[in-house]
Amino acid sequence: MTAAISGQVWLGERPLLRALDLHLQPGWTCLLGASGAGKSTLLRLIAGLPVAARLDGTRQAPERIGWMAQGDLLQPRLSVLANLRLMARLRGETLPRARAEELLAAVGLAGRGTDRPETLSGGERQRLALARVLADDTALVALDEPFSALDAPTRAAMQDLAAACLVGKTMLMVTHEPTEALRLGHRVLLLDGAALHEIPPLPGPRPVPLDDPQLAQAAAGLLARMRAA
Amino acid sequence: MSARLWPVLAVLALWQAATAAALLPPFVLPPPLQVFETLWHERGLIGQHALTTLAETGAGLLIGTALGVTLALATSLAPRLERLIGPLLAGAQALPVFVLAPVLTLWLGYGLGPKVAMVALLVVFPVASGLRDGLATTPEPVLDLARIARASKLRTLIWLRLPHALPQGAAGLRIAVTYAPTGAVIGEWVGASQGLGYLMLMANARMRTDLMFAALLVILALTLALNRLTDRTLARAGL
Repeated sequence: MTAAISGQVWLGERPLLRALDLHLQPGWTCLLGASGAGKSTLLRLIAGLPVAARLDGTRQAPERIGWMAQGDLLQPRLSVLANLRLMARLRGETLPRARAEELLAAVGLAGRGTDRPETLSGGERQRLALARVLADDTALVALDEPFSALDAPTRAAMQDLAAACLVGKTMLMVTHEPTEALRLGHRVLLLDGAALHEIPPLPGPRPVPLDDPQLAQAAAGLLARMRAA
Repeated sequence: MSARLWPVLAVLALWQAATAAALLPPFVLPPPLQVFETLWHERGLIGQHALTTLAETGAGLLIGTALGVTLALATSLAPRLERLIGPLLAGAQALPVFVLAPVLTLWLGYGLGPKVAMVALLVVFPVASGLRDGLATTPEPVLDLARIARASKLRTLIWLRLPHALPQGAAGLRIAVTYAPTGAVIGEWVGASQGLGYLMLMANARMRTDLMFAALLVILALTLALNRLTDRTLARAGL
């Protein structure tokens, strides 16, 4: 087990989560839910980031956590390489040049180290954001709708790349895309009515191929359930 | 010829015509050709005084910028200092610094000191408040990265807040540079034995309106050149 959170989460007098008891294991845990249901709040609580809500319970998480947000959070005044090294700089660590080059190559940005982020396409920017998470090399990675701003083909490519690059780590990803949750999730959770509901995951390896007929069917079923919620 | 020069030439032509038609006597408004003639004949004298004003402006700009940046960084690192200095900075913005010129002369004498101080005071507030605002408005999602990394205040400042704040600091500096030569000239009006402001007063006392206008033109040119230089330097830095 990589991390765990249990108890109740309150937003003022309103319970966001009752009887929460979430244990995270290596692999992808995808968290679905309507806007305002509290999925980002739960993610931020686990990541140790400030939230408006209050946890009445316990949290157990590693010291080092990786973070990938909806925006790429690239710093416009820093080069691609400096952006890759940003987390190391903030932590007071160093990222060796060879490792940095290796990571850029892994996300298809080899030789772009001296470029400015503004010269990257939307997909390239998100790939650099992924490389920044990889450079941070944490056992637990929290992802807050990281691919939601991308166009459909780029999003699918990012899901494939993230699944390949993050193998062996524990991921908790908030998403509003049933297909994305089912493609990546070894475990899929739906936050509804202040409780987490287990959605049966698809069989087979991750990411589930886009042309898998079970994927479309399961996504449609999940969407219907989310609409009814 | 640059299209921007046409309006200037039009004003000069109107000015020349007005003086030629004897609408205004030359000691009130000298014809522009006479001003340019004086500018040429008195180039040694004017150049010498211009150097003084330029030195005062340059020194004031450097000191004021350094002070402004230091103040902004210090208030960003120490919230207690921010509570102390923040209202002072806001108040100082409302105070026309020019009214301090006689006080500065009283304190610092008739040399370069009060003029440099005047310019520095004019520069420090826009630079400090511009940079301070920039440092205080780093987007929350960006600061999440610092929280995730448990970064120290200093590292957060260097790697996230400062790069984000530079454009606002640069905007403050651009404003400051526009006022800087004026600050030096006003300092010279209050009490000096050198500089373009002093030359203007001397020319005025001797009814040398042509020389006064020539000095005025040089002040204008100096201000424009400084603005240009600042703009280019900042643009090269991507700001």
